[in-house]
Amino acid sequence: MKFFHLIWGNLTRHKLRTSLTLLSILVAFVLFGFLCAIKQALVGGVELAGVDRLIVRHRVSLIQLLPEAYQARMERIPGVGSAAHQTWFGGIYQDPKNFFMQCPVVPQEFMAMFPEFILPPEQMKAWLATRTGAIVGRKTAERFHWKIGDKVPITSPIWLRKTWEFDIVGIFDGAKKGTDTTSLFFRYDYFDETRKSQNWGTGQVGWYTIRVKDPAQAADVARRVDEEFANSPAETKTEPEGAFAQGFANQIGNIAFIVAGILGAVFFTILLVTGSTMSQAVRERIGELGVLKAIGFTNGQVLSLVLAESCLLTMLGGVLGLALAWVMTSRGDPTGGMLPMFFFPVRDVLVGLGLSIALGLITGILPAQQAMRLRVADALRRM
Amino acid sequence: MTTLLNWFSQIGSIAKFGIMSIPQRRGSVAATVIGIAGVVLVFVGVLSIAAGFRRAMTASGSADAAIVLRSGSDSEMVSGFGRNETRLIADAPGIARNASGPLASAELFVIINLPKRSTGTDANVPLRGVESAATSVRDNLKITSGRMFEWGKNEVIVGAGAAREYADLEVGGSVKVGRATWPVVGVFSASGGVAESEIWTDAKVLQAAYNRGDSFQSVYARLNSAGAFQEFKDSLTSNPQLSVKVLRQSEHFAEQSEGMTRLITTLGFLIAFLMAIGAVFGALNTMYSAVAARTREIATLRALGFGSGAVVIALMLESLLLALLGGAVGGGLAYVAFNNFHAATMNWQSFSQVSFAFAVTPHLLVQGVVWATLIGLIGGLFPAIRAASLPIAAALREL
Repeated sequence: MKFFHLIWGNLTRHKLRTSLTLLSILVAFVLFGFLCAIKQALVGGVELAGVDRLIVRHRVSLIQLLPEAYQARMERIPGVGSAAHQTWFGGIYQDPKNFFMQCPVVPQEFMAMFPEFILPPEQMKAWLATRTGAIVGRKTAERFHWKIGDKVPITSPIWLRKTWEFDIVGIFDGAKKGTDTTSLFFRYDYFDETRKSQNWGTGQVGWYTIRVKDPAQAADVARRVDEEFANSPAETKTEPEGAFAQGFANQIGNIAFIVAGILGAVFFTILLVTGSTMSQAVRERIGELGVLKAIGFTNGQVLSLVLAESCLLTMLGGVLGLALAWVMTSRGDPTGGMLPMFFFPVRDVLVGLGLSIALGLITGILPAQQAMRLRVADALRRM
Repeated sequence: MTTLLNWFSQIGSIAKFGIMSIPQRRGSVAATVIGIAGVVLVFVGVLSIAAGFRRAMTASGSADAAIVLRSGSDSEMVSGFGRNETRLIADAPGIARNASGPLASAELFVIINLPKRSTGTDANVPLRGVESAATSVRDNLKITSGRMFEWGKNEVIVGAGAAREYADLEVGGSVKVGRATWPVVGVFSASGGVAESEIWTDAKVLQAAYNRGDSFQSVYARLNSAGAFQEFKDSLTSNPQLSVKVLRQSEHFAEQSEGMTRLITTLGFLIAFLMAIGAVFGALNTMYSAVAARTREIATLRALGFGSGAVVIALMLESLLLALLGGAVGGGLAYVAFNNFHAATMNWQSFSQVSFAFAVTPHLLVQGVVWATLIGLIGGLFPAIRAASLPIAAALREL
């Protein structure tokens, strides 16, 4: 560390060049953070999935309904702890662009199944006491400025083609950072009662979530559930929540690949920019490096001086860029509701820090070797 | 006049000077050119996804093709008609007819799970039940291998896009619908349109398989002419027995693709904007060092009477040249790498998969070059101004 002053002096010698290079590194890391957040929004459901939860859906497709009576049958299957169901409501609040999910659920079963949704006990009590009551996630409540006590009209093109009115009785938060708090949940009894006039759908639900007693047995339990309903009019497909989320993400496309492609292009460019700055810096300084060597600096010391300089540059840019990305992404979804789980995960911040060091080493190594191999006499002649 | 000519020749000789010195600065010049190429590549690449998706959705439906949904439905998925209603619709004025009756196809639209070839995970694939007019109400529908399914039989034909994306969708393969297995007897193309993502069978067969009674979800119709649309629409919307929404097919598909296109375009612009900022810094760096290396030459020229305007313009030209070179490289790479790259994604409005090909359109390439030009202009402006405003005496003293 005693040479920090020297390294810093070298970096600040060409202030303009250093700051421009720093800025382009910074931008690259802002982009890195941004793309990580997009990837998180699209595939993050996989990590958030409960390891002890299975999703049961109609085998033919998710849009087909399953009998409500399956719940009791599932709960009797060995290894199944509990089951809860949800149904796609597909409602529109004012404009189709204001998309968020709504589902009728049985409150107690549902909240027990998804402990990641945190609802204050008194709001839970109010929900149980209000037939038309609904709870909504913090993000959506903030987006539309809903407060407890508001009446919210939501039109469903699927269910009765009418406007349903819900009383907001609770606002839930997420237990983890990535928890999706954009959905609205309302009571299944109110839903089922009201849709009776529609002639179809009564007594049927969209999909089930099962909690297994032992996650190690999840695959066996899934097989037993599907066997239970085999050869019935509504056969099921059961899979772990994570596999379901992964399958869903795959439907959007190979996001990881696209993100990696863009980042590859960005970092390749930054590598060139920083690399050319560093080699220029070393070229200008050949004479001085010769002096350093003449007064007793070892080859190793010269090598590490140059490497330290390039690492300092990239890490400075990296840290500033990651911090800026953190601030920018913490403002949430830039698309207005289409990416509810948009955030920059801490794990990726660490990956970014690692990348900034790697970038410094890679861009510094060639100029550093060049500096190390200088022969003192040649170098001094170039003064 | 002569001053103007003189001015141009000044610009020419300074620019020539700069361009000839490029080989000496090849490292930083290459970094700039590649940096700008990267911006254009990513920009054109990301937006070609949106353009391809939109093209697939809008390639479906010429001006004389219409679709009827139940009013209040934003997609076929949530629409619904009984047989009586579809009959009334087919008999409406404006619909073209041939020997076998009106060119209107009442259709059923469901989705089924099929494994993707690439990942093996399930995808929501649209399965459509059609009537005999289905091929005449769509444009350029052709069976490319195998044959059309037989009416009333449990057979399907699959779109070329679906055949490419999902396992076992080829002539001789089969589709499992519930407990039944239906053979695939043909593959069809629809000039890249959205129908190519679908599986088709007889509407009656699908109704039976899904216990749908005699119900449908939409009516596709071919009109006498594009001008007949208004008449057709008015007669349906004023009919008290019906409650419908009438759209041109092109409008319908444009509406369906809106969400996805908006998402990709927003993200694409954001990414490209950030990258462009990074590239501006790179270009500034290169041009500043170009100016620094030539401080004495420039000062000498100015001492000889070259104008500072000419110096600015010449340096900007040099930076523009590098930017355009980068833009051309990036655009070319994007075209080679992404044009016609096949992919499939989820269309949220219909909750089902759409297969499409990335489209690197001339419009996108022009936009890419515009970005490159802007980067070049900004990257050249400040260094050029600095070069032109250095005091001549001080610069010469650096000799």
